[in-house]
Amino acid sequence: MSETEAALPSETTRVTPFAFARTLVTRWDLIALVIVIGVVAVLADASRGLLEPLAKLNATPLSLDPSHLPEYAARTTLRMFAALALSLLFTFTYATWAAKSERAGKLLVPALDILQSVPILGFISVTVVFFMSLVPGRVLGVELAAIFAIFTSQAWNMAFSFYQSLRTVPQELQEVARLFHLSAWMRFWQVEVPFALPALIWNTMMSMSGGWFFVVASESIAVGHTQVALPGIGSYIAAAIDQRNLHAIGWAILTMLIVILAYDQLLFRPLVAWVDGLRFEQEPGGHRPRSWALTVMRRSRLLSALTHAFYAGVRWTSWAIPVRSTPPSRAIARGAASQRSGFVWGVAVAALVAVALAYIARMIVLGSSLNDVIEVVGLALATMVRVFVLIALASLVWVPIGVWVGLRPRVMEFVQPIAQFLAAFPANLLFPIVIFAIVNWSLNPDIWLSPLMILGTQWYILFNVIAGASAIPGELRYAAANLGVGGWLWWRKVALPAVFPFYVTGAITASGGSWNAAIVAELATWGDTRLEAHGLGAYIADATAAGDFHRIVLGIATMSLFVVAINRFFWRRLYFYAERRFRLG
Amino acid sequence: MNAAPLLEVKGVRKSFAKADGGEHLVLEGVDLRLSEGEIVGLLGRSGSGKSTLLRLIAGLDSPSAGEITYLGQPVVGPAHGIAMVFQSFAIFPWLTVFENVALGLEALRVPPAEIRRRSLQAIDLIGLDGFESAYPRELSGGMRQRVGFARALVVHPNILLMDEPFSALDVLTAETLRTDFLDLWCEGRMPIKGVILVTHNIEEAVLMCDRILVFGSNPGRIVTEITVPLPQPRNRLDPSFRALVERIYVEMTARASGANARSEFLPGLGIGTRLPRVSSNLLSGLMETVAAPPFNGAADLPQIASDLQMEIDELFPVAETLQMMRFAEVAGGDIRLTDVGIAFANATVDERKKIFARQLLSYVPLAAHIRRVLDERPSHTARKSRFLDELEDYMSEEEAEQTLRAVVSWARYAEAFAYDDEAAVFSLENPS
Repeated sequence: MSETEAALPSETTRVTPFAFARTLVTRWDLIALVIVIGVVAVLADASRGLLEPLAKLNATPLSLDPSHLPEYAARTTLRMFAALALSLLFTFTYATWAAKSERAGKLLVPALDILQSVPILGFISVTVVFFMSLVPGRVLGVELAAIFAIFTSQAWNMAFSFYQSLRTVPQELQEVARLFHLSAWMRFWQVEVPFALPALIWNTMMSMSGGWFFVVASESIAVGHTQVALPGIGSYIAAAIDQRNLHAIGWAILTMLIVILAYDQLLFRPLVAWVDGLRFEQEPGGHRPRSWALTVMRRSRLLSALTHAFYAGVRWTSWAIPVRSTPPSRAIARGAASQRSGFVWGVAVAALVAVALAYIARMIVLGSSLNDVIEVVGLALATMVRVFVLIALASLVWVPIGVWVGLRPRVMEFVQPIAQFLAAFPANLLFPIVIFAIVNWSLNPDIWLSPLMILGTQWYILFNVIAGASAIPGELRYAAANLGVGGWLWWRKVALPAVFPFYVTGAITASGGSWNAAIVAELATWGDTRLEAHGLGAYIADATAAGDFHRIVLGIATMSLFVVAINRFFWRRLYFYAERRFRLG
Repeated sequence: MNAAPLLEVKGVRKSFAKADGGEHLVLEGVDLRLSEGEIVGLLGRSGSGKSTLLRLIAGLDSPSAGEITYLGQPVVGPAHGIAMVFQSFAIFPWLTVFENVALGLEALRVPPAEIRRRSLQAIDLIGLDGFESAYPRELSGGMRQRVGFARALVVHPNILLMDEPFSALDVLTAETLRTDFLDLWCEGRMPIKGVILVTHNIEEAVLMCDRILVFGSNPGRIVTEITVPLPQPRNRLDPSFRALVERIYVEMTARASGANARSEFLPGLGIGTRLPRVSSNLLSGLMETVAAPPFNGAADLPQIASDLQMEIDELFPVAETLQMMRFAEVAGGDIRLTDVGIAFANATVDERKKIFARQLLSYVPLAAHIRRVLDERPSHTARKSRFLDELEDYMSEEEAEQTLRAVVSWARYAEAFAYDDEAAVFSLENPS
């Protein structure tokens, strides 16, 4: 079965980094930064007050008996689907608003970029108490917190992809929609969503992979004295680590493998293959993604029944919603109204910024000394060095391998699903091995814990390089062969330049993800053994465990700042250089 | 008999705001009247504003000044009763043929049974029966454009707007679609009462239209109106058909040389001349063709166009560039090489470069200007932005970019000066 094509990032499905950021830093970036960190501060502040009374919560104890695993797997899957539904809702509203309103977009798009760089596990520490307080004394609150945490690992890049699609709907399709008087609702479901769907599905698939990485952390939550384990694979793994149970770890790995495979084969492959037919470019030839599951569904007419039901729904709702036509006389009145609402918007944004600043001041300035800040920046620098060194090392390994694989379709078919599984592999599962090695040979945890950071993210480099290599036109390769270009010369003049733009895209994702993973990776435990590296990730993890919200906010704010700054000042430059210089065609 | 026109355009002007606050004039003083039973052609080159006018009529944009009325009512926003066919087909790849056609009726909230009946009828009429459940990706270009036609006709419009509907198709397919359309039109089997066709293909205009409005550029305006008295079906080989084609060529080249003359006689506008992106290969190719038998230095443009399979959109910019550089004279629908042009055609590769450099620096003010700046500066380098800013006083950002690119490619061929795209810097690195 040739299904490899489906999993590769292609020209149309990948989110173009920095497409929105033509200028380095704008006023709106700063406003967005203040607001996002302000929200974190508000949540943390609220959590601080609520923490104690909620500490005692009765949850069913977890069992390490493998017979419970199917149930745990089902619950985890359900949680991920709930988060996915939330992410879709967020995508359809937030991204649509950002794309349709010039004014709102100015703030919402940079805000999305900042949200993307807020560590996912940071969200858990500041939101869990809030969610628990919504439903006091019940497990439901923790469920909500876990689902929200998974949501934060999925939503941002889905929203970005949708936003980008909405902004690039071909002009003539928009004109057709207007000429034939499609209502805004009808246009959304019949023109914009179908156009955006291929990219959205691809990004959803990537988000799901990323979500698994954080499942352990989101199901087994410990903030200060609040400690809850939700029944699920994540908690199972956490308990296995706590009890040093290697068998259980093995069972967990097997279960995850099965679940990820099922997801892939039963959900995403069919979706990707189905959605390929909706693509706007209609050039013939090329591999079209296939899926046995889709073929089965097509033959059973399940799919056509579903799509018909969906379109009937769209049609019904379009009929139910009255058409709004704006007579020309109202256009002028609207101008004045828009001026007024612009003023209101400006005031609202200013107020938000003021409140955010107040909370940030309260959480950071009042709660920590200058020494704390210096310490945190120092730790952030340590983590930064780690991330850059790891990206460099991973590049040295995966670029040549990626090129080699990308030029061989048969190998690609084989490698792709394995890499995809590895990308979803939670770092915690490797804790036993790493800790055993470090303790046994008394290694330096500052160095040897680091590889865990890039465990899940290095694959983005591989994926993208494979995609780049397989996109090298055959004629270019033949020309190189014809001229006898080989060895190092071939790498220097043919392969590396051709995959460079793809590599940069992958490296950007890998870099952002590694910062995120630092919170898991810089602090590893195995039963009572606890190893810690010096870094911002360990700092946030420590602060979370201690329930110290001042330090949590300081850590999250610093990490977000670092990630945004590195993106804007380093990756952005490299990305535009690569696009200008090496983009084929 | 033409009591109430279907559509009337009066004194329409359209301009777009430029980044620096100025305005870019696209259309000026356009008057047009479409009566029942008429096909009116808007003929012109790209940049003459004919597509902009079509979008104004469709209500997709509003004019800066002037008035457009449809059946006596001002057009504000897309009107019911005006449908459009697009050059790029613009059909939805995620909908089947039937769904694409039905979409416009669904938006009008026509009852489902009626949607079905009318859609199938339109599909049938346009020759798509059997393809109802196909997706666009399964169709050839011609079939896709038929979907475009069926979709436009199904809403029973009074006016059909066509934006170069055949130009994305191959010659044979385009001809089939044209004939099919004309057959349906002449037999009165379509619900439409009037057609406006935008095209840059002179023969297509003469073949299909009852009246042709020839557009000129800078700003876009109607230069002349030509009535086509020939009865349908028309024969391309008919002498009166050929005569009309020839007459339009004369009309269009007369204008072209006039416009050029204007820019030469007004030195203030010298470097502000908008240059087309025509490669040096095309320039030498056309000179060689005209210099060689059977033309021997002078040729009829329609003849050249059909010999070289070039549309006027491609041919005219080449001819005019040759005229600007004094390699040729273009007038009365003919092109005649000058002595320099003939010398160039007969020269060796190196000599050609020298001749080209001389003509370029003498007759293209922008090239001379850049060279002068580079000569005067001690560093012999200058940033691209310096010239871009200068050009933007005369034209839009996009046109300035294109003009600069054109000059760069000619200067590179002539080795008059060098340009580093990476650094965006002009230099005298390898001067002639």
